Amino acid sequence: MAQGAQPAAGEVGTSKNPSEAGVTPGGVAAAAPAAAAGTTTADPAAIAAGDALFKANCAQCHAINDVVVGPAMAGITKRRPMSWIIPWIKNSSKMVASGDPYAVALYNKYQKQQMPSFQLSDAEITSIIAYITDAETKTVAVGTGIAPADGSKALVDGTDAANDEAGSSMNILLIVLVVVLIVLVVTLVIIANIMKDVLRGRKDLDGRDREQIEERFDYSRIYKSTAVRGIVGTVFVLAVLYETIQGAMGVGLSQGYQPTQPIAFSHKLHAGENQINCAYCHTSVYKGKSANIPSPNICMNCHSQIKTESPEIKKIYRAIERKQPIQWVRVHNIPDLAYFNHSQHTQVAGLECVTCHGPIENMEVVYQYSALTMGWCINCHRETPLNTKGNGYYDNLVKLHDSKNGAVPFTVSSNGGTECSKCHY
Amino acid sequence: MQESPKYWKGIEELENSPEFIKNAMTEFADFMPVKEGHGSTDATVAPRRDFLKLMGFGLAAATLASCEAPVHKAIPYLNKPEEVDPSIANFYASTFFNGQDYNSVLVKTREGRPIKLEGNPESPITRGGLSARGQAAVLSLYDSARLQFFTKKGQRIATDQLDQEVRAALAGAGRVAIVSPTIISPSTKKVINEFTTRFGGGEHVMYDVNSSSALLRANGGVLPAYDFSKADVIVSLDADFLGTWISPVEFARQYVENRKVSSERRTMSKHYQFETNLSLTGSNADVRESLKPSAMGAATADLYNAVVGGGAAPASKKLAEAAAALRRAGSRGLVVSGINDPGIQTLVAAINQNLGSAAVDTANHSYVRQGDDARMARLIKDIIGGQIGAVIFYNANPVYDHPMGAELGKALQAGKVKTSISLNDRLDETGKLCLYAAPDHHFLESWNDYEPKRGYLSLAQPVITPLFATRQAQDSLLTWAGNPTTYYNYLRQQWQGVLGSAGFVKAWDKVVHDGVARGSALPAPAAQLEPAMDTNSAMSAIRANKGAGIELAVYEKVGLGNGAQANNPWLQELPDPISKATWGNYVTVPRAYAVEQKWEQGDVVKVTANGKSIQLPILIQPGQAAGTIGIAIGYGREAAGKVADQVGANVLPLLTMRNGTINYTTSVKIEATGTQSPIAQTQTHHTIMDREEVVQVASLKQYQENPKEVTEYVKITTPDGLEAPRKVSLWQDYEYKNHHWGMAIDLNSCIGCGACVVGCQAENNVAVVGKQEVINRREMHWMRIDRYYSSDANKEQFEEKGKLDTYAAMEDPSANPSVVFQPLMCQHCNHAPCETVCPVLATTHSSEGLNQMTYNRCVGTRYCANNCPYKVRRFNWFSYYSNEKFEAVNGHMFTDLGRMVLNPDVTVRARGVMEKCSMCVQRIQLGKLEAKKEKRRPRDGEVVSACAQSCPTQAIIFGDMRDPESRLSQLLRREDGERAFHALDSINVQPNITYLTKIRNTDQIDFNV
Repeated sequence: MAQGAQPAAGEVGTSKNPSEAGVTPGGVAAAAPAAAAGTTTADPAAIAAGDALFKANCAQCHAINDVVVGPAMAGITKRRPMSWIIPWIKNSSKMVASGDPYAVALYNKYQKQQMPSFQLSDAEITSIIAYITDAETKTVAVGTGIAPADGSKALVDGTDAANDEAGSSMNILLIVLVVVLIVLVVTLVIIANIMKDVLRGRKDLDGRDREQIEERFDYSRIYKSTAVRGIVGTVFVLAVLYETIQGAMGVGLSQGYQPTQPIAFSHKLHAGENQINCAYCHTSVYKGKSANIPSPNICMNCHSQIKTESPEIKKIYRAIERKQPIQWVRVHNIPDLAYFNHSQHTQVAGLECVTCHGPIENMEVVYQYSALTMGWCINCHRETPLNTKGNGYYDNLVKLHDSKNGAVPFTVSSNGGTECSKCHY
Repeated sequence: MQESPKYWKGIEELENSPEFIKNAMTEFADFMPVKEGHGSTDATVAPRRDFLKLMGFGLAAATLASCEAPVHKAIPYLNKPEEVDPSIANFYASTFFNGQDYNSVLVKTREGRPIKLEGNPESPITRGGLSARGQAAVLSLYDSARLQFFTKKGQRIATDQLDQEVRAALAGAGRVAIVSPTIISPSTKKVINEFTTRFGGGEHVMYDVNSSSALLRANGGVLPAYDFSKADVIVSLDADFLGTWISPVEFARQYVENRKVSSERRTMSKHYQFETNLSLTGSNADVRESLKPSAMGAATADLYNAVVGGGAAPASKKLAEAAAALRRAGSRGLVVSGINDPGIQTLVAAINQNLGSAAVDTANHSYVRQGDDARMARLIKDIIGGQIGAVIFYNANPVYDHPMGAELGKALQAGKVKTSISLNDRLDETGKLCLYAAPDHHFLESWNDYEPKRGYLSLAQPVITPLFATRQAQDSLLTWAGNPTTYYNYLRQQWQGVLGSAGFVKAWDKVVHDGVARGSALPAPAAQLEPAMDTNSAMSAIRANKGAGIELAVYEKVGLGNGAQANNPWLQELPDPISKATWGNYVTVPRAYAVEQKWEQGDVVKVTANGKSIQLPILIQPGQAAGTIGIAIGYGREAAGKVADQVGANVLPLLTMRNGTINYTTSVKIEATGTQSPIAQTQTHHTIMDREEVVQVASLKQYQENPKEVTEYVKITTPDGLEAPRKVSLWQDYEYKNHHWGMAIDLNSCIGCGACVVGCQAENNVAVVGKQEVINRREMHWMRIDRYYSSDANKEQFEEKGKLDTYAAMEDPSANPSVVFQPLMCQHCNHAPCETVCPVLATTHSSEGLNQMTYNRCVGTRYCANNCPYKVRRFNWFSYYSNEKFEAVNGHMFTDLGRMVLNPDVTVRARGVMEKCSMCVQRIQLGKLEAKKEKRRPRDGEVVSACAQSCPTQAIIFGDMRDPESRLSQLLRREDGERAFHALDSINVQPNITYLTKIRNTDQIDFNV
């Protein structure tokens, strides 16, 4: 790429100043006096700003409740005062060098890993702390695990669990039934044989009775019966037809597709156990059409120091040394004729990643969770109410909708979300 | 009641030949072979059974194949650049100048590859406009005909070895010459200067293919800067300033500033044009007269006498009128001339000086033409004479594009120059005769600076890693001159002088970001030289020039220019604004002459001049001066690449030098050859029988007197009396709650240049189809610019001449027609006829007013195209991206290299589906998404279609009609009942595209202007 090439005025996309990435000036200003007072504030704007800043700067090494590279952040305000936290974030090595006892202890406790210096303003740091304070209270309320923002994740899990439970009890019932039936059949056969033997032992039977006893069932009659033949034939044809249709419907469908990847990367470990925010690696998921498969330089943010001996991670080193990009296998393939934009769904609609991608945090190897068919898209667009809250784009539309048919939810499709050229152009 | 001008789409329609009528009756021509190569015997026996068999087999095979989904790879960057995000476009400022017109541009890149050029709105010169040639330049980057490595005698050679050999050769070479087109880069000039100084006898010779040498000489060696917005009366003597002359994008914007009318401003400039061929500028003029080239001198002299000398009024009525208007206008008058004759240019300069024209600025003058014909001719003679030791051709191809090219080629072939080096981007006509080739980067791979006008600077920056093993020409020259710095550092060093050393980095970054800066990097010009001749000697020189017989006037086309970009299929297929012809040049002849010679369009003639001859088909051109013919330069390439080679013929060898300048006119002998060669025109595909409501024109006088009457609104009869057509409808109206996208096209501002057509092609991955398919009327352009000629007769003569005779007379063309341009794309009708006939609902209406076309649903019945009253739908007859028939013309869709130019947000359409203008729905969606992300409504001007974006005159306004404050809504409110009209209003399809009536600055619409 061009040396010193600068995006021009018309650029769509990234803003270079991190403070523009979601920090409203008002929010920062409001947070500043609170910082001076040495307390944190619960101002939602500051929390939102802090959230963005935390994800952008801190989340690679810190989580709220877990030790990742650095300590867990929960309770930070109880452990240290703001007057200590701010200079520490700005320049930790200086504090260690100055011999601050807590700083030195912390440094030694975490394998003498230097925390990088951050060019953040006092107000920005205060908003990060506000976010942490807010987040720790929330996680306490919800419990551990991934904290869903709107409960949709929990919903997905819940239905799944319910389904699983119902399924297993049905299975047990069936097995019991089958066992009972087998026992019944065996018992009946035994009884019939015993009765036959008893009858054979009796001498007072005439020829006809004897014939009846010795008579064998003529199976060829079943075989020759038109009714049976007809039923079997119809069932067979129907079964073949059903299978064919099912097969044909499944052509091109790859739900459950779980290819082996060149590197045994575990989402379960990273997203599940370590709770690394999705957007930390998938950097453009909130701003672009594609979420961005992380490039090795993002991996290296942590793995230059963590698990450097792992054979899988050595594959990354090798890729970098050989200047050969890693060729991941694409899991989610949408045809070229359909346009899908991540940011429309994440940033604007506020959907959680798991809504479409499934329980990523439990996936050792990622598989395609959703059908990704047009019917699947359209259904969701028909049923999902628009996320219009606080979005100036929709203000008048919501008013217009409510004034006409307020009882009906204002869904994506009622705003033209199922029109052809929303996705096909 | 206003006059009802009758416009004809072309000569064919006026003539109404039986063949034309037959074609006109059918929407699609019959017997259009889809599969070629069938023997004539079985052509009628369609292999239907084979087709069914193949289809059955294909279906089974496809089903089986699709059971196994192909494995797709997702390959991320190895080290992601911070500012690059997949799927998010970055824009970088740069500059396009290849010796023709200057354009400051923004380069749209996706994942690190440039996919589109747009005008840079920050530029004070081009102000966001971009010419068709500039739009198309991005495709040249991916041209597979580019030379991909250094060569010696056509064989690959290592860079180091070439450098070593060249350095050794140059050291003892004797006289060294660098030949280039005009260079406006101060730093490049310094590099060349350093180079020539290093090699004692070095010289740098610049020449322009369409030369302004005489203009330079007449103005003491400088090219005046013109500002057409400061002129109320413009008299142009064969200067095509809107199309090809000096800086058309800049001039067009200035020109329309004085031509846009509205309720706030009901005046406009008056434009007189005297010219030989009907040019783009001439077709926009208020008063036009066609003159023979040999009469242009006398006309200039008459004008000079009438304006300056106070002599008698010229004999020509129009010339007298122009002279009187100029005198009245005084300093608000301007005369320009594109004739490369020092005498004429001296007189023109004298007239402007006498008027004290405010529109001419010789102090802050222009640099975009610096070629010196006399020096170039001398150099070629020296080369032929064996006096030059080494010659370097820097993006110059004189063997092809100089009148003495053939002689030069022979000398190079004979080894008259010991060391010949080509820095051209390909082994072109000149390059393949050179010993060494050290190809230059494409401008999108290079750093450079430009000073098109004194005090106005701009930069070019690389937006992609060099694709091939090429090297920037300046770096080559620096290396050979023994300077170890890279050109990038050299350039920055230079700019420290412009921006100052203090705070340089910041200032430099800003210039790189903006692309433009104020300041000058060139030394102040020497005190103005005296003009080469005084007016008296100019007069006598002019009078000495007498033409004889048929005169040829050589011109440059708006699209292809001087032929340097000839291998660009977008430009080859861009219809010429006037003739609407694509793929090749031709001889334009006046109608009367063709009738006299019993020639028909497409007959090949042999044109002979100065002992050389070329063969080209004729094209009957209204407006062509009697006794003249016209031929365009830029064609007949032989070593440009698959696209351009053998397309048309090169007219330049027919020219000679006169008074030290190239004379672009000459007397010729013309004779029929008896053969035919069809011309691929796009203009007569779709006839419109009653054109009054298609395009509307009125005079300025009418407009000033009663603006409510300039536009004729059709009324239809209803039970309640006459009503506007929209009062009666079968369909329910749509309710637009969110957005209602639309466009307004000001026919007064549209000059017909075609920049929008190429802009649309680049944005929407529109396929190129080639000459034969254009002849088959299957071109794929989503938008076209209809050009209508006027006729002398009109319906008011019914009583006088009788209806039948009048209709017959209306078929006679005007010898000097007035011309109207009308850009036409999908009108996005609210009651769209196409939507109702689609059996599979592939074309539907959106809740934002768009007529949507869904390719993956289309089954190709073509009912919609049949039912479209505007004929703007295009059917994909072939897989243009994989059918080998199109590999030569549409090659960029075939290779991985070429496909890099495709817009990844727009589908490449498959065979068998309809396509059409989508109003750039991808841009609308992006604009809405950006607004939603920022939790606000889209701002007016944020969403712009590609055509509106690229328009140099801002004739196309795109916007949201639901937003009452948008520029579009305001315009429509203001013009409602005055100039706003819908094409074909009476059929009541209610388009979302509104046109504004063209106003001509005349007292009445005089069709014979």
